[in-house]
Amino acid sequence: MGTPLIELTNVIKNFGPVDVLKGVNFTVEEGKVTALVGDNGAGKSTLIKGLSGVQPFDGGKVMFRGEEVNVRSPRQASAMGIEVVYQDLALCENLDIVQNMFLGREEKFGGTLDEAAMEFAAQKALQSLSVRTVKSVRQKVSSLSGGQRQTVAIARSVLRNAKMVILDEPTAALGVAQTEQVLNLVRRLADNGIAVLIISHNLADVFEVADNVSVLYLGQMVAHLKVKNTNRDEVVAYITGSKSMTGVA
Amino acid sequence: MSAPTPISTGHEGTVRDQFRSYIQRVRGGDMGSLPAILALVVLAALFASLSPYFLTTGNIANLFVQASELTVLACALVFVLLLAEIDLSAGVTAGSGMAVFQVLFGVLGWNWIVALLLALAAGAVIGAVIGFFVSRIGVPSFVVTLGLFLGLQGFMLLLLGDGGIYRLEQPELKAIMNSNMPVWAGWAMLAIAVFGSFGLGLSDRMRRTKVGLPTRPFIMLIFKVAAIAILGGLVVLLLSVNRGQALLAIEGVPIVIPIVLIILVVGTFVLDRTVFGRYIYAVGGNPEAARRAGIKVAQIRLYAFIICSTLAVVSGLLHASRIGSIESTAGRTIVLEGVAAAVVGGVSLFGGRGRLAYAAVGALVISIIDNGLGLIGLPAGANFLITGGVLVAAATIDALSRRRSGVSIMRT
Repeated sequence: MGTPLIELTNVIKNFGPVDVLKGVNFTVEEGKVTALVGDNGAGKSTLIKGLSGVQPFDGGKVMFRGEEVNVRSPRQASAMGIEVVYQDLALCENLDIVQNMFLGREEKFGGTLDEAAMEFAAQKALQSLSVRTVKSVRQKVSSLSGGQRQTVAIARSVLRNAKMVILDEPTAALGVAQTEQVLNLVRRLADNGIAVLIISHNLADVFEVADNVSVLYLGQMVAHLKVKNTNRDEVVAYITGSKSMTGVA
Repeated sequence: MSAPTPISTGHEGTVRDQFRSYIQRVRGGDMGSLPAILALVVLAALFASLSPYFLTTGNIANLFVQASELTVLACALVFVLLLAEIDLSAGVTAGSGMAVFQVLFGVLGWNWIVALLLALAAGAVIGAVIGFFVSRIGVPSFVVTLGLFLGLQGFMLLLLGDGGIYRLEQPELKAIMNSNMPVWAGWAMLAIAVFGSFGLGLSDRMRRTKVGLPTRPFIMLIFKVAAIAILGGLVVLLLSVNRGQALLAIEGVPIVIPIVLIILVVGTFVLDRTVFGRYIYAVGGNPEAARRAGIKVAQIRLYAFIICSTLAVVSGLLHASRIGSIESTAGRTIVLEGVAAAVVGGVSLFGGRGRLAYAAVGALVISIIDNGLGLIGLPAGANFLITGGVLVAAATIDALSRRRSGVSIMRT
């Protein structure tokens, strides 16, 4: 299997007296979709905030491609190739798709914006993900549907040469057809060699798109399962705490 | 893995396809200054039928000169309106800048160019103060600039004395609003505009072709340049005719017109083609998204207020030049007309939408109402009522088009 892209060992995070992560072990592999599931308050958000540098971990070891790293800020995480697509997407609706995809990293040509190069790169990034749902890369984001916006937000991370993309509830607000489109996109992201970490409450989505599923229960990682070797009932049992596994690697 | 047909860039297709997609955008609520342009045409036709003087070359020249002051102020305000902020003190900032000029030039006897540059710097300082309170401390711009609106009136009174009115003597400055360029200079200005826009259009096309992107039909560029040539040519032609009495010829484009055009072109260039401009739109559209993209939101806000206040002083200079004096009470009411002009022209009060050209169109609408109603001899009360009505109508169109494009629903 080789070394995983990210390997967490005994990671700890507490907020004052409250231990939110109590020694979590966790791995994410390149080219695979890893689902992180768990009930509310299990520590999923805290885990991704630690990975993305928003709220650094208090203890434990983070290995990135076999080397120990200490992620202290979102900028640093981004420089390493870790991109997060948050639930609220953070797009500017008055700007078009190209402008949003390059926001904060505009390409310049003689001191001015190089619209042509950005347009071309955005077009290629969307094509590499086989996106067919958007009509024009110069459409304003305000005219896009929820699924299309999600697509733009995900494609933006591809444009930034992400090695790992963390998706926070990417299908939470979407209808059936749009959920399908976004899940296909997630799959293609992994097929392109990117490590995808998807946080979801929707087990149907998890079973459709993920290769591995890890379950958090009250700040501890209680299970790492291969999706093809498990079933819904088992995952639910881990999430609710009615089943637990010891000695998880 | 790649899709068989590339995603469109909006540049494909025939002229007809382009026209159709434009209509679609307009129907989707992206109207720009279309309503204002329609209003301009309707008002011009109305006043032309009501007053025989309206379409005389003298009045047309007058109209442009009257509108120039408001255009510059409205352009200044666009920079802060794009951030969904407001500057109620822009008018008195203009007055304060000129008060500073009067003290340095009139009282202390400094060189007028130095005094003028320091007056502009005073504007920049006022903008920096507003920007500091808004972006670093988080006081709403409405309140900060309302405070400055009062405070700067006091500042002007202290500098110039109660009821102080000083004549603006410097001939170069008086000439801006009261003199005209030679006729040939007007045509040269038009030639620069036509060749400039053609050259810019060509270089954009070449860049796209080089990268491998489709370009719009070439004929569209020709149309655009031809429109500039014909409309601009008409205006220059009208202004080149002698509009004075038999003995004293008054002809040529007023000096203020190229000044306003340069402000419009440079400002539009900054907003459309530089990273700073892009960030202004981004911060105005969604500050949180801008922050997460690594944009220094507070810094962008600060710069926008500095630009606004500095440009406001330019409009103050135009005002002083037109009336020929510097007053301690200048600029109290014009700021509301400036905001009205921007909004009427299609700049959104909700931030993130608008261009300098819209503000210029809006300023023309407000000025044409003022000018036309004066000519047909309606009382001043009617002027205020109609201008106010137009503003409310424009703000309504803004709110409705936002609802149509779905922005207001998404932003909670």
